[in-house]
Amino acid sequence: MEKRGGMASESSVRLAVQLEGIVKRFPGVVANDGVDLDVRRGEIHCLLGENGAGKTTLMRILYGLYQPDEGRIILHGEPARITSPKSALAHRIGMVHQHFHLVATLSVQENIVLGLSEGSGPFLRSKATRARIERLAEEYGLQVDPAAKVWQLSVGQQQRVEILKALYRDAHILIMDEPTSVLTPQEVDSLFGTLRTLVDDGLTIIFITHKLDEVMEVSDRVTVLQKGKTVATVNTADTSKTELARLMVGREVVFRLEKRTQEHGEVVLEVSDLHASNDRGLPALRGVSFDLHASEILGVAGVSGNGQHELSEVLTGLRRTTKGSAFIETKDLTGCSAREIADMGVAHVPTERIRVGTVPSMSVRENLILKSYRTSEYSRWMLLDEKAAERNARRAMQEYEISAPHDGTSAGNLSGGNIQRLVLARELCGSPRFIVAAHPTYGLDVGATEQVRQVLLDQRDEGAGILLISEDLDEIMQLSDRILVLYEGEVMGIVTCEEANIDEIGLMMAGSHRQEGEL
Amino acid sequence: MTRPSWFRVERREALTPWVVFSVSFAAIVAALLAAGIFFKGYGVSPIRAYGLIVSGALGNKVGLAETVRRTIPLLLCGVGLTVAFRALFWNIGAEGQLLVGAMAAAGVALFVPLPEMLRLPVMLVAGFVGGGLWALLPAFLKVKLGVNDVISTLMLNYIAAFVMQYLIQGPWKGPTARGFAYTDKFPSSAILARIPGTPIHWLTLILGVVAAVVAFIWVARTRQGFEIRVVGENPDAARYAGISQAKVILVAMLVSGGLAGLAGVGEAAGIHRMLLAPAKLSAGYGYTAIIVAWLARRNPLAVIVTSVLFGVIMAGGDVIKVTLGLPFQLVNVFNGLILFFLIGSEIFMRYKVSIVWRRS
Amino acid sequence: MSWQSWVISTFAFMLSYGTPLLLATLGEIFAERAGVLNLGIEGMMIMGAYSAFVTAYVTGNPWFGVLVAGAVGCGFSIIHAFASITLRANQVVSGLALTLLGLGLSGVLGRAWGGRPLPNTLPEITIPGLSKIPILGPSLFEGHSLLVYIAILLVPVLWFVLFRTRIGISIRSVGEDPATADSLGVSVSRVRYLSVAFGGLLAGVAGGYLSVSYYPAWTEGLTGGMGWIVVALTIFAFWNPAMGMLGSFLFAALYHLSFRLQPWVAPELLRALPYLFAILVLSFVSRGTLQRKAGAPSALTIPYTRGQD
Repeated sequence: MEKRGGMASESSVRLAVQLEGIVKRFPGVVANDGVDLDVRRGEIHCLLGENGAGKTTLMRILYGLYQPDEGRIILHGEPARITSPKSALAHRIGMVHQHFHLVATLSVQENIVLGLSEGSGPFLRSKATRARIERLAEEYGLQVDPAAKVWQLSVGQQQRVEILKALYRDAHILIMDEPTSVLTPQEVDSLFGTLRTLVDDGLTIIFITHKLDEVMEVSDRVTVLQKGKTVATVNTADTSKTELARLMVGREVVFRLEKRTQEHGEVVLEVSDLHASNDRGLPALRGVSFDLHASEILGVAGVSGNGQHELSEVLTGLRRTTKGSAFIETKDLTGCSAREIADMGVAHVPTERIRVGTVPSMSVRENLILKSYRTSEYSRWMLLDEKAAERNARRAMQEYEISAPHDGTSAGNLSGGNIQRLVLARELCGSPRFIVAAHPTYGLDVGATEQVRQVLLDQRDEGAGILLISEDLDEIMQLSDRILVLYEGEVMGIVTCEEANIDEIGLMMAGSHRQEGEL
Repeated sequence: MTRPSWFRVERREALTPWVVFSVSFAAIVAALLAAGIFFKGYGVSPIRAYGLIVSGALGNKVGLAETVRRTIPLLLCGVGLTVAFRALFWNIGAEGQLLVGAMAAAGVALFVPLPEMLRLPVMLVAGFVGGGLWALLPAFLKVKLGVNDVISTLMLNYIAAFVMQYLIQGPWKGPTARGFAYTDKFPSSAILARIPGTPIHWLTLILGVVAAVVAFIWVARTRQGFEIRVVGENPDAARYAGISQAKVILVAMLVSGGLAGLAGVGEAAGIHRMLLAPAKLSAGYGYTAIIVAWLARRNPLAVIVTSVLFGVIMAGGDVIKVTLGLPFQLVNVFNGLILFFLIGSEIFMRYKVSIVWRRS
Repeated sequence: MSWQSWVISTFAFMLSYGTPLLLATLGEIFAERAGVLNLGIEGMMIMGAYSAFVTAYVTGNPWFGVLVAGAVGCGFSIIHAFASITLRANQVVSGLALTLLGLGLSGVLGRAWGGRPLPNTLPEITIPGLSKIPILGPSLFEGHSLLVYIAILLVPVLWFVLFRTRIGISIRSVGEDPATADSLGVSVSRVRYLSVAFGGLLAGVAGGYLSVSYYPAWTEGLTGGMGWIVVALTIFAFWNPAMGMLGSFLFAALYHLSFRLQPWVAPELLRALPYLFAILVLSFVSRGTLQRKAGAPSALTIPYTRGQD
């Protein structure tokens, strides 16, 4: 075989995938910063890292959904250009996404065949297709009824359909993006069994995850990414969960903000045994309990998708609980509507500041009274008090340094940082005693980030209890007085900032309870 | 996607009133030009035709009165629709709500014993309530069962028309019927007064203008109006802020249907003074009002202007029929073209197209 | 009137009046299955009726008229497709605009043609053998034009296309979940354009049938609101061609019976039934499991943009 440029070593023939120096930039962030990845033929290779590490971006490049800005892809020793998913499939690369690409009302068979142009004209060779699907399913333990409609299937079964889709298209390299995040333990076992069978048959599997248990159980080798760079590639047999956790999160924490030690006050929020389901009906919170005190920031650490979103929604009245309670003084939040909770003085800085936190077509002034418009301060009888709103806007814009031509500007015209300042100005006026801040600095530039963090610290100094949800571990470490780690809807442990050890937190984020020692 | 290199398309940053106005204006001009081709095809100079329309509809007393007559129901329905559209509820059912209002008023006029003085006020209330309830039905269906608002309001138009047809041919059939079905004439206490010599029932006209002003203030300046706007502009943020989308939709539709119902009272008690075939009672006002509201960009005050515009078009259609012998259907062509160019032009509100001058 | 002639006339009417309903409903089913609501059916039908009449009159060939009607309906619907798909304009308003245009244009252009008799109409055929069956024979197999039987034959064909072919899968996926279809390489735009155009074609042919066979005649407003019934029937059919046939014929029979039953039941109330049924159907299938099983395509009326979330 002719070897072109790059790696001329013998081992490259055994490599299914080689990514060299992949760089991918998005506005404001470098998702992949010169990433190298070697995947051997016939192995299960895990891609490990926190959110924002660049794993999904890297795989999307391999699957043709994105084009790399720099670097190259080598498949089975030959350089390849993958311009689209169709092109990836032509190179026999398949991908099972975290959110399935299935049409719910179509049957399994129809979904598998969707988009294929098998040259047999417009007709389905239904029997032949069905037979082939059944054969593949039989061979790899992916039993599912080809005639069943997708919406009737369980999540685990739907995932099988996704895998069958790739196999039906002769995929030889299978990428799986966080496949177990939606599965029950039994389904996980079943999946792993399938993966091993596939690998025995010569397929190569790349497996994105943040769960150390799984890495140890099923992978041959693992590559750890952090902040867009490759940290290390190790043989699973030669490493341990602790070492992996350290590789995943270990680093020098860069700068520390002025944080005065505060005595935390009485309990502001008492959460007991909270259970809630996510949008798909699966349990997202499984018995979460904790206390939040005044003058305290409780940071919720964890990889996205482990229940943080549902927690913030439950505490702000946007999601029902199935069990449990959350008391602010004598009122149980779990039975209240969003309106009642807002009226109680609970502030919510939402994850999606534009889509949920503002009305982009309305003015800054109006966005600032999005929740307070119904108080007597801003309305007399039924009429809104324009003057009061204007005064409020001027004050807020000055205090929070919201940069806009005037208070009548549409909120949608503001930059991300200014929108967040607007949200903060709105939520924090009136000195709320309980603040839910979800990913407050996501996507902001350095200046705005620092400002937002300082604002939160100031609120805490003034007595507020803040629940800080963030994927940015640095942020959590810097700002929190105590840190709670969520994994699969359970509290893995709560540590104070003095005791906090980033390796230990990394371990908890990846699935170990606090009690466990070295593994 | 490759684009030719001599013009550039970019997303517009801000939507100023100027942009909205100029794009809408350009759309109307384009529609007029397109319609002009029609006139040419009939051997009539477009300029002459448009001149006739304007002078016929606005230039003399009779024409002006006709224009105002058409404007009244368009105004009332149009204002109601702006409120519904603001809450993102696609009320295609103004026509049905108008008919139900007319039926309610007729019921009161003909069959409910009341002191003379109260009859007319009660009729107006009944019309508002009737239209309002007919609109609340699809609102409930959407809120509780997720039923598509376009389809349900549309279907209810036909159901209302059939019910009305049934009434005038059946239980409410007047003894004075002569081949065509209609009810008895309304008693004199149930008639809306007109400006002498014209078909203008001025009370409903005043109600319409008042409604436009009140609706504007309501939407722009009150708490409830604020909620309507938030729900219409970003339902996710509304939910986050604790605003009940259900309540907002129900209130908005009650108002929307109520105003259309008032328009129905106007037509029944002001123009015809009896209940007759649906197609005769309303010349598609409920549907034309959709264009009125759309052109007004959901601003109740602007409806005052746009309803007059379409009143002119309808009155003008009559003029053209008489003077040029062209069929009244031309009005539909006009309206269709205007509506079409309006929605076609909306892409220019989102994107700015500019010509790039290249140096060779 | 003997009950036999009652039944015969009802069945006969069912077939003849039901055919344009059926054709247009089949077309709208395809358009809506692809996710595009077409409220312009009435306009397309009446333009089809007008153009079929004029063509048949001028060329002396009614079949040619039907063909032209289909082309006109198709052309009209492509305008709607352009507005709804490419320009991503509001589909409801676009459809309404086209109905207005269609009604207006046909009314204006057709003025000169009203009241003229059409010398060559679509020939009525008799199916030998079957027409001898008592009662059913004369009503179903005698005195109808070939177009009626073509329409009926279309039902299983279109059912097969929609549910058993690759094209059908593409259409249904585009109307249900365009993002997924797009990610699998299906061209959402193209599929939608084709579906809408097909719907317009059938609507035009339906209109043509009216002016060149059913009445046959041309007057202003010939279609009399049939296009709106089609909107209701599409829902009543649960977006399924087979049910579409059932609904079309059922309504046609009901319409005919409404005259006959006049002494006992008010005809208007009977005629309101399809609209009422449509609302009832929607009340049950707009949420939950029934929505999945039998409800409207999820992406109906929503314009698709790649990468939008």
